[in-house]
Amino acid sequence: MLEVTNLRKVYPTGDEALTGVSTAIEGNEIVAMIGPSGAGKSTFIRCVNKLTEPTDGEVSLNGTELTALDSREMKAARRNIGMVFQEYNLVERHTVMENVLSGRLGYVSNWAALRRKFPQEDVELAYDILETVGLGGMENKRADELSGGQRQRVGIARAVVQEPTILLADEPTSSLDPETSHAVMELLTEIAAERNIPVLINIHEVHLAVEYADRILGLHDGTLVFDGPTTDLDENAKDVIYRGEAIAGESSSNFVDESDTVTDDAERTERSAITGD
Amino acid sequence: MATGDRHADVGSTDRTWRRPTAFGSHRLKWAVYVGAMLFVLWSLVSLLSGVSLGRVLTGVNNGVLLLEAMVPPNTASENVDRVVGYMGETIAMAFVATFTGVLISVPIAFGAAENIAPRPIYYLNRGIISITRAIDELIIAIIAVKAVGVGPLAGIIAISYLTIGFFSKLFAEDIEDIDMGAKEAIDAAGASRFQTLVYAVIPQVAPRFIGLTVYRWDINIRSSTIIGIVGAGGIGTLLLRAFERYEFDFAALILFSIIAVVLVGELFSAYIRRRVQ
Repeated sequence: MLEVTNLRKVYPTGDEALTGVSTAIEGNEIVAMIGPSGAGKSTFIRCVNKLTEPTDGEVSLNGTELTALDSREMKAARRNIGMVFQEYNLVERHTVMENVLSGRLGYVSNWAALRRKFPQEDVELAYDILETVGLGGMENKRADELSGGQRQRVGIARAVVQEPTILLADEPTSSLDPETSHAVMELLTEIAAERNIPVLINIHEVHLAVEYADRILGLHDGTLVFDGPTTDLDENAKDVIYRGEAIAGESSSNFVDESDTVTDDAERTERSAITGD
Repeated sequence: MATGDRHADVGSTDRTWRRPTAFGSHRLKWAVYVGAMLFVLWSLVSLLSGVSLGRVLTGVNNGVLLLEAMVPPNTASENVDRVVGYMGETIAMAFVATFTGVLISVPIAFGAAENIAPRPIYYLNRGIISITRAIDELIIAIIAVKAVGVGPLAGIIAISYLTIGFFSKLFAEDIEDIDMGAKEAIDAAGASRFQTLVYAVIPQVAPRFIGLTVYRWDINIRSSTIIGIVGAGGIGTLLLRAFERYEFDFAALILFSIIAVVLVGELFSAYIRRRVQ
């Protein structure tokens, strides 16, 4: 279970990307984090495995407080967190198999890494996962020979081969065409069910979030403004997430921060004018 | 009507355009141009003031005599043997110096790459590179000859030293140009710093490493032909001796051999670099 408490991140430039976000993710749920560009979605996900160092707050995974770990302990903890990236982040000159096996690096010695010599069971696991993601027989292709969708599948295989207890996906579909995006989202949900792990996905395509996620986290300006089941994500909630304010007269129990749902009279009038209510 | 007037006003006052100059003001630009021209004139006048037409004619005459003494090159078999022997030493010097120079350069280059080295190490290694690049090769060769005596060892030291400044700087820049996404993904899997280096960084820079090494080897061949002039071994020693004894036809043979070897080295280097990149 991933528990995030009051997570805050201020960049050296003074930008406050996260203003104290709290949530918990468990079981094998698909959680989609949506919100406008610059809302802090990427920062949030990167603070979980400390690719970005949080300024304040706590992140704990299965009882281990990640924010309290030193860099060596953190490396060990990262083995349990699989991550999928927007730009795939493969080593382009490596073969598919080398890229997938890099997910096992946390478990092998430096010498083994240098010789690309992984334990037999790791190699077998990698073969199985390549089959799962639909890249069976592609192990010796170089990553730069693959299409975008195939590369992202390699990226997913690399994360899954870690046998993580949670999967993070940072905009996994943003570099893909709509059809491939659906395939990738389907794959992620399959993996969550099959391996019984939760998946946290940053995504800006709301329709994909609605289609595949069990639960939605809505981030606006570094603040979590929505946290609830996908079925509760109505137009009003989307408005809060994407514009930071609710349409007059509607409210939902899933708004995290009450103050965000309150709009004063002036704003209400303005809103009515725009929507034609 | 009023709007039209305003436009006309703006047009008459502020609508001329001149290409902005890098000097800030056009007056300064012309001042710099005129200053530079005056400086060139002054240099010519002060250097040539003592040179009479007669002196120029004698000089040209001597030049023609020298060229006449050089053709045809002396190809007596004992001369050819000496050239071949010294040329062997020259090429061996270039090989050994490239090898040791590159070996020393690699850790310096990694330390001088801003994206992977911690700050203090980065500054230290950048400092080393700047210092090694500050002194010209002949000066280093003279110092090496004074330090270890006349012969190829001095040449090897001098050329290795020069390789460091060149190779570390260019290789560090190549390391800085890698795709950091791949490195980040390997980090996120819990890999150690060393593993990240061998798995994500080195595969990306390996082709450039080979290209730069061959390129530097080709430069080193050229350097090792001249460095014998100050006693640091190689064919330069023979060339200097030939000039001192007024054996201009032998000197011509040496010069032709140098041109041949450097050309072959350059062609080979260009071919290899094209293959790996």
